[in-house]
Amino acid sequence: MEAEAAKLIGAGIACIGMGGAGVGLGILFGNYVAGALRNPSAAPGQFVNLLIGVAFTESLGIFSLLIALILLYAV
Amino acid sequence: MASGNFDPIHQFEIQKIFPMEFMGYDISFTNSSLFMVIAVGLISAFLVLSMRGRALVPGRWQSTAELMYEFVANLLRNILGEEGMKFFPFIFTLFTFILFLNFLGMVPGAFTVTSHVVITATLSLLVMAIVIGYGFYKNGLGFLKLFVPSGVPIAMLVILVPIEVISFLARPVSLSIRLFANMLAGHITLKVFAGFVINLFLAGGALSFLSVGPLFLGVALTAMEFLVAFLQAFIFATLACIYLNDAMHPSH
Repeated sequence: MEAEAAKLIGAGIACIGMGGAGVGLGILFGNYVAGALRNPSAAPGQFVNLLIGVAFTESLGIFSLLIALILLYAV
Repeated sequence: MASGNFDPIHQFEIQKIFPMEFMGYDISFTNSSLFMVIAVGLISAFLVLSMRGRALVPGRWQSTAELMYEFVANLLRNILGEEGMKFFPFIFTLFTFILFLNFLGMVPGAFTVTSHVVITATLSLLVMAIVIGYGFYKNGLGFLKLFVPSGVPIAMLVILVPIEVISFLARPVSLSIRLFANMLAGHITLKVFAGFVINLFLAGGALSFLSVGPLFLGVALTAMEFLVAFLQAFIFATLACIYLNDAMHPSH
């Protein structure tokens, strides 16, 4: 296989990891909204915790995107 | 790399403005340094000029500056408590610096300083150095209790302590990569969508009309990129606070 083709395929495979981050963000926001609907008065107090969770979850997806970008442009 | 005649990576190239060398090291004044200087100048000008009036009832500019102050101060009070307010200058500097660099990067044609891992790694290593230094200064060797969860059987500690150490060592890596990769990926996405618009429009015929689609998506993505620019600065400051909290109260 040509190295160029392998690079492109690898970048595509690396992007699959972003799906996991997508699922995680969905669970995170879904549970936050579900909790906020049950007890709306407590929701603003937990918003910072939500954002921290988003940061941790999203960074994992970003890492796999980074691998894809490195394969595409830097290798 | 991508099809067509544009290169989404080109915008991140570092250009030397004043080439300089010091003891064999390249310390040129680059476009990256230029935008850092602009950011520092803007922050200083904004804060000094807007607070010059010191009115009891703040005007538009003054209330913006006070809003920024209160925002960071509340963050510190929530996570670190009143005793953490001595770290306010550090966290406020960190937050405003990253915020202005991110927003400066959103100006068309401008250089995004935070999209380079060397900048964000330096910032996060600074945070970790302060966390470790302050942790040992305040708690002495008690700071090492951070790695030993309390109320755990001795046998479990053999597994848990290495995990805690590794997770502590991974913090500066994830802190720096989160910021830099978010900015890098966001700006590449914007550029790629802009490329879609151009390529579709130049394709001619019915395809030219289709180019409106990616154009609207590009506008939406730009709006999201502004949100990300703010969010990443906020998250960097928040995580710095959380890590400082570990240095203050190392036992779990």
